[in-house]
Amino acid sequence: MTFDAEYFNIGYLDSLSYKDTFVHRLDPRVKLLVSFIFILYVVSFPKHELAGLMPFFIYPVFLLISGDIPFKAIAKKIIFVSPFAVLIGIFNPLFDKDVLIAFYGIQITGGWLSFFSILVKFILTVSTMLLLVAVTSFPGLCESIERLRLPKAFVIQLLFLYRYLFVLLEEALRMIRAREARSFNGRGRDIKTFVKFISVLLIRTLERAERIYHAMLSRGFKGEIKMRRKYRLGIKDIFFAIISVALFYVFRQYGVANFVGNILGGPG
Amino acid sequence: MSHHIIESNNVCFNYPDGTEVLKGITFRILHGESVGLIGANGAGKTTLLMNLNGQLLPAKGFISIGEIPLDKKTRQEIRKKVGFVFQNPDDQLFMPTVYEDVAFGPLNLGLNYEMVDERVKNALEVVGCLHLSNRPPHRLSEGQKAAVAIAAVMAMNPDILLMDEPASNLDPKSRRQLINLLKGFEHTKIIASHDLDLILEVCERCIVINDGRITADGAAEDILLNKTLLEENGLELPLSRQNIKSKEG
Repeated sequence: MTFDAEYFNIGYLDSLSYKDTFVHRLDPRVKLLVSFIFILYVVSFPKHELAGLMPFFIYPVFLLISGDIPFKAIAKKIIFVSPFAVLIGIFNPLFDKDVLIAFYGIQITGGWLSFFSILVKFILTVSTMLLLVAVTSFPGLCESIERLRLPKAFVIQLLFLYRYLFVLLEEALRMIRAREARSFNGRGRDIKTFVKFISVLLIRTLERAERIYHAMLSRGFKGEIKMRRKYRLGIKDIFFAIISVALFYVFRQYGVANFVGNILGGPG
Repeated sequence: MSHHIIESNNVCFNYPDGTEVLKGITFRILHGESVGLIGANGAGKTTLLMNLNGQLLPAKGFISIGEIPLDKKTRQEIRKKVGFVFQNPDDQLFMPTVYEDVAFGPLNLGLNYEMVDERVKNALEVVGCLHLSNRPPHRLSEGQKAAVAIAAVMAMNPDILLMDEPASNLDPKSRRQLINLLKGFEHTKIIASHDLDLILEVCERCIVINDGRITADGAAEDILLNKTLLEENGLELPLSRQNIKSKEG
């Protein structure tokens, strides 16, 4: 059943984030900022750029390898959301028919270039975000955004979302299984049951919220959650940040792909 | 040592929809006593416990904890002394990691980080879960969750422990560990449970409620071995005291 599969899928990405590797140990703030800068650099390229983007693959590949993340897990998720990017770019080849590159008689139009440029930018940014989540525990990410001065109420919402996402999914999963066990011949799966199903889930959630609130009050909650600060900025964090950002700058500024191409004596 | 007395005087409670759940509950529990609260489903056990730490306030009658009357103003203070272990650990453990959850209470007491750290580690040590510190609660087994939930309450150093079905959902081994743990606590305890064997082992006193009223209050040994009394209240003898006939017989 698809719901089961999706549930374990979410849990899988989460379980990856509890590994213990070099990138997992980095300060989440650094990872967050570097990834953000990375994305800014990637989207700053003009729309027909393709070659210049290639060196940027080094960053997600680095996260993937040093974080010991299975390539398949990330690739699957990228393909899953790729229709959005494809739909955005798919009409470019129809509108933009100026030939920009002629290569041994094959003519490549601006439309195709910008289409592929969109795809590459999409793959770079989405894989980086997925990998960021896979190599950083969610509480770590929350701590980092809190220390980057995001409103605390917002951070706490995220923490609760993370804590109860799995509880809610399990609740829904149990209800779905109970329904499946008693629905036959396609009955019991119509929209009417679904509406009731969702409303019961909502009521259960509200009741749970009340119990949780009581649990918080019972332990002295007075409207503010104090959070422990676990991470400290170390030399390896600063080192990682400086090297990454310097590389992004070089890639963006000097077009390393062309440069390598020139050295190798390509058509340039 | 009169400061941990729990007194309930003719407590009545009804839910907003009008259901009368408690109909005049009166008892007095002394310092260090451990009391089992038993009764059929819907008898009012959980509601009574929730009244005892101010999650709900009685409609009539009064409750006092350590000579302080429990009301809207005092319940904050009283909760520092009365630890409540919820039936469902998923309700109790709301922070993203075990460590942070156990630290939640002590931090709210205004302790500094070193003191909190010490308390958290002690509490986790007591329940044997120190190695789980950095795990998120959704990656624990039910037994581990129950143990961590107790640690979260213990870290506040309460004088009184209220527990709602602490052993439900536990496998026999985890249940045994829990019983041993509870026996080791010198706190005043009130344990609501259907697990009568657990009550028999952990508690020396037992209160039976039926339909919002106390029907018996006395030594656990006497009440839990009184077959007629138990059956009148929708219960039965603890499994360990039933004459189990062998298969051949």
